[in-house]
Amino acid sequence: MLTSFSLSSLEMPSHLQSLREEVRDFLQTQLAAGSYAREPSGWDRYDAAFSRKVAERGWIGMTWPRRYGGHERTSLERYVVTEELLAAGAPVRAHWLADRQFGPLLLAVGSEAQKRDYLPKIAAGECYVCVGMSEPDSGSDLASIRTRADPVKDGWRINGRKVWTSYAHKAHIMNLFARTAVFDPKDRHTGVTQFIVPLDSSGISIRPIINLAGDHDFNEVVFDDVFVPVGNVIGAVGQGWQQVSGELAHERAGSERWLNAYGVLVHLLQNVGTAPERHSAQTIGRLVSHLWTLHRMSFSLAGLLNQGITPQVEAALVKDLGNQFDQDIPEGARAVLQEEDRAGLASNDRFNAMLDRALLYAPSYPIRGGTREILRGIIARGLGLR
Amino acid sequence: MSQTRDLLVASATRIFSDLCTRATLEAADEGAWPEGLWSALDSTGIAAASRSEPRGGAGAEMTDLCALARAAGYWALPVPLVETWLAEQMLAAAHLPPVTGPVTVGPVMRRDAVQLTRDPAGWTLRGVLHRVPWARHATALVLVADSPEGARTLVLKDMPAVTEGWNLAREPRDSLRFEGCRIPDECVGAAGAGMGRPELYFRGALFRSQQMAGAMERVLELTVAYAKERVQFGRPIGKFQAVQQQIAALASQVAASSAAAEAAAEANSDVLARFEIAAAKARIGEAVATVAEVGHQVHAAMGFTHEHSLHRSTRRLWGWRDEFGTEADWQAWVGAVAASVGGEQLWTYVVASRKPDVGPPLP
Repeated sequence: MLTSFSLSSLEMPSHLQSLREEVRDFLQTQLAAGSYAREPSGWDRYDAAFSRKVAERGWIGMTWPRRYGGHERTSLERYVVTEELLAAGAPVRAHWLADRQFGPLLLAVGSEAQKRDYLPKIAAGECYVCVGMSEPDSGSDLASIRTRADPVKDGWRINGRKVWTSYAHKAHIMNLFARTAVFDPKDRHTGVTQFIVPLDSSGISIRPIINLAGDHDFNEVVFDDVFVPVGNVIGAVGQGWQQVSGELAHERAGSERWLNAYGVLVHLLQNVGTAPERHSAQTIGRLVSHLWTLHRMSFSLAGLLNQGITPQVEAALVKDLGNQFDQDIPEGARAVLQEEDRAGLASNDRFNAMLDRALLYAPSYPIRGGTREILRGIIARGLGLR
Repeated sequence: MSQTRDLLVASATRIFSDLCTRATLEAADEGAWPEGLWSALDSTGIAAASRSEPRGGAGAEMTDLCALARAAGYWALPVPLVETWLAEQMLAAAHLPPVTGPVTVGPVMRRDAVQLTRDPAGWTLRGVLHRVPWARHATALVLVADSPEGARTLVLKDMPAVTEGWNLAREPRDSLRFEGCRIPDECVGAAGAGMGRPELYFRGALFRSQQMAGAMERVLELTVAYAKERVQFGRPIGKFQAVQQQIAALASQVAASSAAAEAAAEANSDVLARFEIAAAKARIGEAVATVAEVGHQVHAAMGFTHEHSLHRSTRRLWGWRDEFGTEADWQAWVGAVAASVGGEQLWTYVVASRKPDVGPPLP
């Protein structure tokens, strides 16, 4: 009893605090130099120059072995650095997926050649990765994908179509999920394989899918007889599903799941003054109590990853709560600073732009990286209900 | 430290699980005092766990006490254990000798205050206290009173008659009226030497948060078990996605509450971490609505009966979320702190393990 989920206590080593200070100093310097500013899109900005600066500090591939360009630091150290970068709204999207999940995937199941070829470039902030999972007819039901990889001489030939592929138009490679055996309804989770696909391969066409905010993040990626060499299979043929489950724990556990709308809270506080009336204080305090709790939960998850545990259920819990928080912030903010107040803000005040962006993007959070329904299904399985 | 705690929690859990039987809880609901349970807590030192070793106790730290309070909440322990610990903390802070429990504390309401005055004949106490936990069963009451020289801690060993009241869980919450009650010199601490009403309030909120986190674990456990065993339409109701989704939402709230409770407990190991206490009571108090709602929805009519044990946890949750500050009170307090810290500094403040102590004395 009392431990349904493994999110238990952690000591906070003092060196983590000095690491936080180090990241804050770096960010202050960058801010002062004008290399970034807190924007409505927060950390969700592709900025290769900034990513290289982060890499120069040794903050990409932090936990990876030195022989692959990594820095052999702990998951807790990585957690602290990423959390500070995200909270400051630093533009770290370019290297994000590569650092968060592609690198760990290669380290777990990749070949020696793959590790040597990709990890040092990723750690240098020079190789960016997108993820090719969803398809027009396969969203949550990932096992039903139809993009096929057929064996040919010395490699595989890929045909099919991926959608909602964030930043495919800027990434160098795709971590592709493709079917390598006929779909078996009785054994849905076999016959899927992961591939490294360079996005400049011949036969690939990338088309933008503009989102409701008018931004180009999504793409449609079409594969027409795209050849990849045999060495680009990640892990074992047919084991893609098993491999991706561990990868998704990395994808769901972090603070990026609840630091998307944080800039709204910062600018809201700048506008309410030091002594807001009770109802406003209550709305703000509710959000801050959630922020504090989510920070604690994600930090505990980093502790589990550090022990080599893959906390799939706990990661689903944190993502579910974090997605709700990203939606609650703009709702709370618009209750505190209402239309009349917002109309009266100075034209250089960033609050309105922050709020607009957070409201427009709010529907995306409980969808990307696993829908709320899928996450809750994972939690229910963890509780033994499925 | 954590070994001591594990040992304490293990022995307390044994006592709780052996002695918090259905019969004991039902009798407590009817107003009976569970003497056997209390003697076990007394003889094993659990009742005196908050006493330092020089004062004759186990010297448990706040983290240990909080872990025990979570276990007590899980088992719906029908005795004033956390109140007895709080009383000892107040006595120790005021350099007054320990008293044997069960003991309770006051004031627990922000608007209540009692006055202590001195005349040639000695100390006199006046005032009214509302909703004092377990007062009718307590052997003593430890109070913070206002005196002309400042706040003083005092211990009242001759308990006056009480006006009986209850919280939603039928836990005694009694009113006491003091109209010139005489207090012996040795029972009164020095002015300004003790804990103060705001600190008592924060500590009470910390313990109630722990108890709530424990009770929520119980609700989750009961709900999952029931969803697995209750069959409708030819299968366990837990096999239906609609039910699974609801239980997962409940589990998320329980996990957040456990994390908040533990974070607050750890932050308090030496100094009083007011922000963490406030944020935890706000977060956990808010979670009660979903936890109780889903727990009952899944149990349906069965969970609405006196017969089923679910209400022993949910009624406590409804009672405890209102005691020592509602979630709304604590949210407003946390919001006031955030506003005074400001937007640019908020992040640094929230993630710091030692925070500058800002914020009003009481929510």
